[in-house]
Amino acid sequence: MAEEIVRLTAPLSFEDIEPLSTGDIVRLSGTIYTARDAAHARMAEAIEAGEELPFDPEGQVIYFTGPAPAKPGQVMGPAGPTTSSRMDRYSPLLVERGLRGMVGKGLRSEAVRESMQEHGCVYFGAVEGTAALLSRSVKSVEVVAYEDLDSEAIRKLEVEEFPAVVVNDLHGGDLYIEGRERWRRAPNWG
Amino acid sequence: MREIEVGEVTQLVRDLCIETNTCLREDQMAALRRARGDEESPLGQEVLDQLLENAAVACSEGVPFCQDTGYAVFFIELGQEVRFTGGHLGEAIDEGVRRGYVEGFLRKSIVGSPIERENTGDNTPAVVYYDLVPGEALKVTMLVKGAGCDNMSALRMLTPAEGLDGAKEFVVETIEKAGPNASPPVTVGVGIGGPFEKAAQLAKKALTRTSGEPSPDPGLAELERDLLARINATGIGPAGYGGTQTALAVHVESHPTHIAQFPVAVNIDCHSHRTRRAEL
Repeated sequence: MAEEIVRLTAPLSFEDIEPLSTGDIVRLSGTIYTARDAAHARMAEAIEAGEELPFDPEGQVIYFTGPAPAKPGQVMGPAGPTTSSRMDRYSPLLVERGLRGMVGKGLRSEAVRESMQEHGCVYFGAVEGTAALLSRSVKSVEVVAYEDLDSEAIRKLEVEEFPAVVVNDLHGGDLYIEGRERWRRAPNWG
Repeated sequence: MREIEVGEVTQLVRDLCIETNTCLREDQMAALRRARGDEESPLGQEVLDQLLENAAVACSEGVPFCQDTGYAVFFIELGQEVRFTGGHLGEAIDEGVRRGYVEGFLRKSIVGSPIERENTGDNTPAVVYYDLVPGEALKVTMLVKGAGCDNMSALRMLTPAEGLDGAKEFVVETIEKAGPNASPPVTVGVGIGGPFEKAAQLAKKALTRTSGEPSPDPGLAELERDLLARINATGIGPAGYGGTQTALAVHVESHPTHIAQFPVAVNIDCHSHRTRRAEL
């Protein structure tokens, strides 16, 4: 696992993400989109109905989060990652359409991992429970779709040095499996 | 007999909602610092550094440190000599939650029906468990329960023959299955005994204990130590990136049970483990 920090600017190209490897520490800048459960369900409906999506997924990064309200003077309220597996049934639809990165926390399904390898998309982990810290990386925010969903609306964020770690790279690496195996100890059965 | 005006309860609950969501209790901070010192994985150390920094930023700026500001769960110890005036206790608690979540800029995460799924808009209703006790005090313990880790919790009705070994295996298996999804390092509440729902309720209540303080029952204290060692041997580590610190504490609560039963409930709380006590 690399100790040095990899800096990326979204939107991302295939060439940007191809060299990434599981366990890499990343700082993400540029434009990313927030979406979680309800927004994904609506995007899936739009795809099924042949309607246009709120944004073209090609090259984009989606951050699975639903921020808390901003206090006066704050750009955005606390916004840490939510559990990604709830998006598993929808993610391949977006990955097939060119999505290059997803940021969340927790395990992805086999179908999502296969789809990411096939179409070229990386899954980044952010640390859940660091919402106050992560929202400091957000420089501007704009609701771009589904405003009625409130905290679940799709937001376009400009971020600077957003801290993340590569969990699933393009080469079949999985930090959740490799990390656990590396640090597993023979249990001292009491 | 002591009279308490319910407006006092509303104010206390409002303040608890905001404080619990913005400032980690000192025992939880200490547990995170201890884990940072003990963690062997560099990536795990980085995660714990981020968690500690985040907690400091949230408390000093008065913002919630996790955007999931949770289900508002209350354990109430109500002295039987208390009489409430000016309204209904349950409604006063909900009013406190409403004010706390709106005035504290906390996220409203409750939907009125699991089927219709329309947000209630103010994070009510709270979930409240009452214990009637001697005396004339009102003690309120709040647990801000995040959903990601609650979703990874489990209950199993073991047979008495499966016994303590079966119970230990079930607890460790639940943490293994939860993996990164429960946002480790976690706090683990275990409830054993009672009928079905009692075990679950004990597991939740166990989460509110002072972090790492052993059970006063020596047998349960030994069980807590054993489970903590086994959980930390899984290698899951902070954020599930691999490491030696998967759980900060395991708290076990026990209750008498039926001759045919051995229920075991495991309630997991993520590293944003938010609980506070107050009393009137």
